[in-house]
Amino acid sequence: MALLEVKDLDVGFDTPDGEVKAVNKLNFSIEPGDALAIVGESGSGKTQAVMSMMGLLADNGHVSGQALFKGEDLLKMSTAELNKHRGREIAMIFQDPMTSLNPYLRIEKQMIEVVRHHQGLNKAEAREHAVEMLRAVRIPDPERRMRQYPHEFSGGMQQRVMVAMGLLCEPDLLIADEPTTALDVTVQAQITHLMNALRQKSNTAIILITHDLGVVAGLCDRVLVMYAGEAVECGSVEQIYYEPKHPYTQGLLKSVPRLDQPLVREMHAIPGNPPNLLALPEGCKFRDRCPHAFAACKEEPPMQQGEDGHIFRCFLGLST
Amino acid sequence: MNDRVLRVQDLGVDFILREGGLFRPKTHVLKAVNGVSFDLNAGETLGIVGESGCGKSTLARALLALIKPSRGRVLWLGEDLNKLDEEALRKKRQDLQIVFQDPLGALNPRMTVRDIIAEPLWTFFPKIARVQVDERVRGMMKLVGLLPNQINRYPHEFSGGQCQRIGIARALVLNPKLVVCDEPVSALDVSIQAQIINLLKDLQRKLNLSLVFIAHDLSVVKHISDRVMVMYLGRSMEISSRDNMYTKPLHPYTSALIKAVPIPDPKLARSAVDTGLTGDMPSPLDTLSGCAFHDRCPFSVKRCQLEVPALRRMENGDWVACHRAEELDLTIGKSG
Repeated sequence: MALLEVKDLDVGFDTPDGEVKAVNKLNFSIEPGDALAIVGESGSGKTQAVMSMMGLLADNGHVSGQALFKGEDLLKMSTAELNKHRGREIAMIFQDPMTSLNPYLRIEKQMIEVVRHHQGLNKAEAREHAVEMLRAVRIPDPERRMRQYPHEFSGGMQQRVMVAMGLLCEPDLLIADEPTTALDVTVQAQITHLMNALRQKSNTAIILITHDLGVVAGLCDRVLVMYAGEAVECGSVEQIYYEPKHPYTQGLLKSVPRLDQPLVREMHAIPGNPPNLLALPEGCKFRDRCPHAFAACKEEPPMQQGEDGHIFRCFLGLST
Repeated sequence: MNDRVLRVQDLGVDFILREGGLFRPKTHVLKAVNGVSFDLNAGETLGIVGESGCGKSTLARALLALIKPSRGRVLWLGEDLNKLDEEALRKKRQDLQIVFQDPLGALNPRMTVRDIIAEPLWTFFPKIARVQVDERVRGMMKLVGLLPNQINRYPHEFSGGQCQRIGIARALVLNPKLVVCDEPVSALDVSIQAQIINLLKDLQRKLNLSLVFIAHDLSVVKHISDRVMVMYLGRSMEISSRDNMYTKPLHPYTSALIKAVPIPDPKLARSAVDTGLTGDMPSPLDTLSGCAFHDRCPFSVKRCQLEVPALRRMENGDWVACHRAEELDLTIGKSG
């Protein structure tokens, strides 16, 4: 059985200007120990999809569909039921560590709280466990650092504390929302290595939400590409990077500036801008920016099956 | 091509921080920029890279005389900007413009695109005719790839990439000679980033602009720069021509930065070795003796802890601040 299976997930927001459709009929699943990347640009719905599963949508948001975690539907759970899973079996790391840590509480207090609540350890045991975790994420002198407040840590250190907190209860599923976006490249490399090591050690499944295709390549097994709230392509990292089928995926890969390749005179750009979520076009959402668009694209394109579970939403079975 | 427009000599910017209570105030000096020197030619692009807190943005502001340097000089066409009186400096600002990081935040939400782009014109030529302004604004909009019929719209009606185009139009409306771009694409999506980079390159060719392009993303800088300067803790560690820097960097820090950039290719990414760079950048308040990078440098020797390496010129014309530059071979792609 899949660890998490998402079926026909819809997320919308009521705004004074009408309904914003953030996520549209999203389907995916993840097995224990797997690492799945959800890739897309701002507004593609990647963050809201996981927020809805964690019960963290804004007040004007609504969700439908199913998100089966070990067979139980997260979307139907009450807050009390959700709290049994959140933090213990499913942990989440947010993009901005500075705003996700409580500035008034020492790191010690924030970390111990989680363990005591979920694992029923006493204070001394919880403390020992937290120190161990900080050491695992390579924070030097953890006993002393535990006594400090978040502002006394650098951005990279704070994010490491977040990773440590996420992994405190050895969750089965770790959701990381742009965990390295706010960090410098050297620190980013450290955090990526760290997540990889911890995944191998404790068989934690990871959902990595990002727009950075470079980070994905080194960390994940499978990639789900989203555009304007829809999944447009899903496959193994090899399939996505070496044989992308959807024109958006192809364009995205080509527009990443790469250090390991010779310079071109003009960088590849996808023309135009992402569509307005208040007034999504009929048919293929990428139509206006697609170099291969033709008459049929005014209709909703079907999800096509490629080889070995590779799927893509396009009329053309383009190869690169 | 080889006419120098900007010369920066031993530039330093200090911030004085006050701390402590009423009775025992303590002051610290934070050297945000320290001993930075470089030249910039007409039509040339200098990329400036470094991690957050290394002094890139402070340097940008000092170049435009938006903050007063504590040491050193900024010479624009041979004139020291900080020796000019206010009125003379104001006139010079026509030549010196800036594009900011946050595209929407840099635009006044209550002004239309017309007013935003025209504002520099009104400030410098208060008597200019309205028709002329409109014509110029429409021309600028076309130049940066906006539709001139959107002239009456407000910033919130545009996407991030389009807002950055508006910011660029505003910076260029006075025909400046130097544009400082402070992280102009880091807030944009990948597919839009490339649009803006291409636009800047294209405009630079057309208008013979000199650019100072500040970014933390080394691959973006590679695409736009002729030369690149690497900063660490307020100091310039290396200034090299683009091709040299990305194939054979001179400074161990440059090499570590380049190796840390993730490669969007699963096979290559998995075979990539750890950069070996451990720890964080020290706080700029801690005064380290010797080389600023010595405690994280894999090649550090005794001398690095004692003596601050001077920025010096190598045989091929590149500059580096490292005692061991001659003996180290940091060619990218080689192991070790």
